Amino acid sequence: MNRLAQSVILLLLGGAVLRAALGGDAIYLRYVKESLQPFLIGAGVLLCLAAVMTIFYELRHGQHEDDHHGHHEPRVGWMLLAPVLGLLMVAPPALGAFAAGQSGSARLQDTYRYPPLPQGDPAQISVLDYSTRAIYDKGESMKGRTVKLSGFLSQGPGGRQVLTRIMLSCCAADGVPLKIGMEGNVPDGVRDDQWVEVVGRYSATTEKDPINDGDIPHIEVVEWRPIDPPRNQYE
Amino acid sequence: MPVTVTERQEHPRETAPERDKHRGFGSVEVLALILIALVVFRNPIATKIGEFPGLQTWTTVFVSVMVQAMPFLVFGVALSAVIAVYVPREFWSKALPKHPSLAVPVAGAAGVVLPGCECGSVPIAGSLIRRGVTPAAALAFLLAAPAINPIVLAATAVAFPNNPEMVVARGAASLVVAVAMGWLWLRLGKAEWIRLPHRPDLDGVSKGRAFWSSCRHDIIHAGGFLVLGAMAAATINVMVPDRWLQTLAGNPVLSVIALALLAVLLSICSEADAFVAASLSQFSLTSRLVFLVVGPMVDLKLISMQAGVFGRRFAFRFAPTTLVVAIVIASLTGLVLLS
Repeated sequence: MNRLAQSVILLLLGGAVLRAALGGDAIYLRYVKESLQPFLIGAGVLLCLAAVMTIFYELRHGQHEDDHHGHHEPRVGWMLLAPVLGLLMVAPPALGAFAAGQSGSARLQDTYRYPPLPQGDPAQISVLDYSTRAIYDKGESMKGRTVKLSGFLSQGPGGRQVLTRIMLSCCAADGVPLKIGMEGNVPDGVRDDQWVEVVGRYSATTEKDPINDGDIPHIEVVEWRPIDPPRNQYE
Repeated sequence: MPVTVTERQEHPRETAPERDKHRGFGSVEVLALILIALVVFRNPIATKIGEFPGLQTWTTVFVSVMVQAMPFLVFGVALSAVIAVYVPREFWSKALPKHPSLAVPVAGAAGVVLPGCECGSVPIAGSLIRRGVTPAAALAFLLAAPAINPIVLAATAVAFPNNPEMVVARGAASLVVAVAMGWLWLRLGKAEWIRLPHRPDLDGVSKGRAFWSSCRHDIIHAGGFLVLGAMAAATINVMVPDRWLQTLAGNPVLSVIALALLAVLLSICSEADAFVAASLSQFSLTSRLVFLVVGPMVDLKLISMQAGVFGRRFAFRFAPTTLVVAIVIASLTGLVLLS
């Protein structure tokens, strides 16, 4: 691969990273946390600069220097086309029901302090917040309240659908699912991966995820409706 | 001590000038054809991938690892270009103790100042060796930097709120492994195992040109190997279901080996691995410490990048040795500090 081809690859890579980080559809949120955005922009700019400077020096100093040095860069550089294609052409969706079905349920940490739920009836909280309050606070802080959660559907224990949200620490490679079993007026006739909004009350039932023995709390569903996936699908 | 590290020619066969002159069809043309083909077949490809949930998850995980690693790779490469171009050779002989045995622990401890994950430290260590730093010290830095920097230790503290001793154990065990490997290299290592890739001559050109030339070369080179490693890690991520791990958690010896191998195969960024370790709560603290010590030092993407930057003969000796040393030292640290 000669230097011109390398600079084209650098430009494509930088462009793909910038496109993912700055595009209105926020593609980068399918793969990493929101806090990485400024670093992605910096990396994208640096990649494009490296490409432009390579072309600049190549045009100014010409190709003749290569002839007697034989500066052939390794073919492994071609591999960098893979992430370019992945980002620009395929842009795979955020992790969904398939990944959730393969991994056990997240093991949560007791935070020991459970402030009152936010205002509003129902109170909108995250799947993580509900799970922690249900498992460690035994629902005390949710007594007498209805809550609103959103997540996608995936296969839980015994083939019943569970409300699922994937939690990231850094990127999708370390994502672990949070699963909530549903009782009462459960969504029916909805395929896996469909996003739903669920309004319900605390249920004291919990079960064990057979995959990793993690706890799966339950919710008593009052009503539900299908929704579009949120901008950031992870928690 | 004079360091004699050789550079290898990437494709000696092709260096004959006449071969170049007769090539009418260069890499730019190939690149253009590939891109045209992909733009034309874009929709069928994306649809096809969507039909196989396993393949789609693989693609998501692969792209995620690359997106996550990209800033660290690019900034690591830029820093190593600064080292190569703007930091004078004399600086390193002044900054590090003259005696190699002393330079190793100093270089290892210096890893504290580099906040980043392992992808960035491979090109930096390569650059240090080029600038005349003794390989043993550069390797101690390579192993220590991703594991003991403040960001990684803070992430560990957040992930293990009930076990602050985990942070101490991780920092101590990682530093000990890094220094031990540096000293082991001084006794057993051979300079000819390290073959840095041939790089355009940076002497005699302007600093700006040398800087960008070094950046371009390292991103293409280390980045290419990062792609291979990320593909392997995505494959493991999709192919190894969690339920396999469950059966190993009960046995103390098997669980240490299982989590050490998992750390190698998963190749998670060192800034995230503490959260993954925390989620493996069916395993003992000691085996999770092994996971945290091994991960930043030996994993698929690191082995791939080390083979690219230092040569295969180096990587295939260095990585397995580091793995064994890391398992032993982390297990002992766990026995002392965590039980």
